Amino acid sequence: MSKVIRRTYSNYFLLPAAVIYVAIFILPTVMSFFFSMTRWTLADWEFIGFQNFATFFQEPSLSIGFRNTFVYALVACTLKVVLGLLLGVFLTAKIKTKAYLRSVVFFPTLVSTIAVGIAFSMMMHPTEGMLNTSLAAIGITGPDWLGDTRIALLSVALVDVWKGVGFATVIYIAGIMSIPSDYYEALQIDGGNAFDKFWRIIVPLSRPATNTVIILAFIGGLRSFDLIWTMTKGGPGFATDLIASIIYKQYQAGFYGLATAGNVILFLFVTVLAYPLSAYLNRKEVDL
Amino acid sequence: MPKSKAFGLLLATTLIAGLLAACGGGGSNAPETNASASAPPASASGSEPRESEPAKSVTISLLTDNTQDAVNSAKALIEAFHAKHPNITVEHETRPQGSEGDNFVKTRLATGDMNDVFFYNSGSLMQALNPEQNLLDLTNEPFQANVVDVFKPTVTFNGNIYGAPAGSTMGGGWFYNKKVYADLGLSVPKTWDELMANNDRIKAAGLTPIIGSYKETWTSQLIVLADYYNVQAQEPNFAADYTANKAKYATTPAALRSFEKLEQTVGYMNKDFLATTYDAGLKMLAEGKGVHYPMLTFAIPALLQNFPDQMDNIGFFAQPGDNADRNGLTVWMPGAAYIYKNGAHIEEAKTFVEFVASVEGMAAMATVSKPSGPYVIKGAELPEDTPQVVKDMIPYFDGNLTAPALEFVSPIKGPSLEQITVEVGSGQRSAKDAAEMYDKDVEKQAQQLGLEGW
Repeated sequence: MSKVIRRTYSNYFLLPAAVIYVAIFILPTVMSFFFSMTRWTLADWEFIGFQNFATFFQEPSLSIGFRNTFVYALVACTLKVVLGLLLGVFLTAKIKTKAYLRSVVFFPTLVSTIAVGIAFSMMMHPTEGMLNTSLAAIGITGPDWLGDTRIALLSVALVDVWKGVGFATVIYIAGIMSIPSDYYEALQIDGGNAFDKFWRIIVPLSRPATNTVIILAFIGGLRSFDLIWTMTKGGPGFATDLIASIIYKQYQAGFYGLATAGNVILFLFVTVLAYPLSAYLNRKEVDL
Repeated sequence: MPKSKAFGLLLATTLIAGLLAACGGGGSNAPETNASASAPPASASGSEPRESEPAKSVTISLLTDNTQDAVNSAKALIEAFHAKHPNITVEHETRPQGSEGDNFVKTRLATGDMNDVFFYNSGSLMQALNPEQNLLDLTNEPFQANVVDVFKPTVTFNGNIYGAPAGSTMGGGWFYNKKVYADLGLSVPKTWDELMANNDRIKAAGLTPIIGSYKETWTSQLIVLADYYNVQAQEPNFAADYTANKAKYATTPAALRSFEKLEQTVGYMNKDFLATTYDAGLKMLAEGKGVHYPMLTFAIPALLQNFPDQMDNIGFFAQPGDNADRNGLTVWMPGAAYIYKNGAHIEEAKTFVEFVASVEGMAAMATVSKPSGPYVIKGAELPEDTPQVVKDMIPYFDGNLTAPALEFVSPIKGPSLEQITVEVGSGQRSAKDAAEMYDKDVEKQAQQLGLEGW
């Protein structure tokens, strides 16, 4: 086969993918940058420059939104890393019901987020919910999980962790399993205990897994929306608004241009936070 | 090489275009296929021939929202209409309610895929539909003579009328439990202070004075919105000034009072009001666990359905103002039937809308769904078996003591009102602060609508 044919052949196979990529990803992205600068009613539009961005930044709940988004991402990310690592270690140990327990941990990941949100908001009902009635049975007055503005965001973040930790665990299991057994043998010869095994071998050598979990959980947290929307709709008031829920509310109100501007801002926000983080984490990675 | 590349690109684009087209279509194609079906002989129909009566059978489509009540009403309407006009078949389609439904309607209009006739809100939401471009002008239709004048401004845009009423009015005010009122020796309040005094007595008796159902945030706006009669009584020009950016909630004392009233209800609501749903609120009202429920009378069909034996215990009064002599009711206008301007069967759609906005049409709907207030069609009376709670509203209408809610006389209504009222009702934000915040919210909406003077 001549070089020319080979090149052409491969290019033809690229074409469908490229067309789909341009039509479904590149084109809407470019268009959204354009429509973020218009007053847009779906039927027609009027160019208004950066006015939407100015309006969006004046949104009264925006500062709450940025803070909440950051807190939410941080809490969800940290807990997923810590719990995922611990569960990963536990589920790679020599226990009998390993396969069963692994599927139990992974199960929440398979359930629809909306279903999880509805189920948990019922369980977290302050007077009739399962959580507080159980607490009441042992004499504790449970908090108003989703109604108290101080803890509502945390409650949702914890549900997010419950749902997402299975995925982190799977990544950790893969990471821990790929550590060559030589290291453990060396540790045994040197007389290290279980504690050393965890801190000196598992934690440093499952670093690639940690990085993956951090990046996925952090970006996921920054743009998370579905869980908060089913559980609190950003409320009470504006207490649990995330950037994504603020954007959605603009869209609901029919302010399509403004909502698009919000999305562009969120896109930049995630990029600015996630790209350096990913670069930093990758630099720190070690080879096995 | 470039030639075949271009061909590939073309192929792919056509493919995608085809996919997109497949998503649309639907409704607008259906009538043609049905029209070609054999028509029943014209003599079979008992009704007198009309100008707009098609010789062949025609199918038009109707879009309504998906509440049980809306679906039942639409089915009853279609059945009654078909009996009278056997050559016109109406296909029924539903959409979600609330802002999802708003976006559904806007998207359909924008993509040119709207049903021939659709039921949608009158007032500020209708103004956002770009009526001149999308809706058929119904100003000169003969049936407009039967429509009560107070309704017409709510479906008017630039002087043209685009809709016909599709249902009964509803009142915004306070449901109360008559049994508890009788037990505690309370009387229906004429002023806000009397209402708050009642609340104190109820609280002292160990009951919940006001039902809060803020899990569904829209319910938190009721006290502010239902106060509009009182605002208008003191500031007759408020709606016009407000639309023209000359009056603000925060700087108009009568309007600010609406937020202050909401602020005063803090501490009177059920403990779990932030987690209580609308349905749970209705249950509390019917069972007497909560005594007052600020709500729209559109809750009556749901109450009737779920608590038929409790209906005699439920009463309704308008939200009181500060002056007992000026006690009146804020009224929500019915939604309207609109005709899509670019529909394929305009004449048949007109015949259907004319039927909807007739005494017969109202009667057909009343067979399956009890009216939540008087009708805005001349000659359409409330049925005999209308529950007393609806009849509680009639004195306000007879005494001409009603005002349409602000959202029917002004195109602006800020989208964040429900979040703001949740904050006020739960004691997180003061009335003054909330009014200022809402003014900002309204400003944003007016700018997005491109209104003049903002």
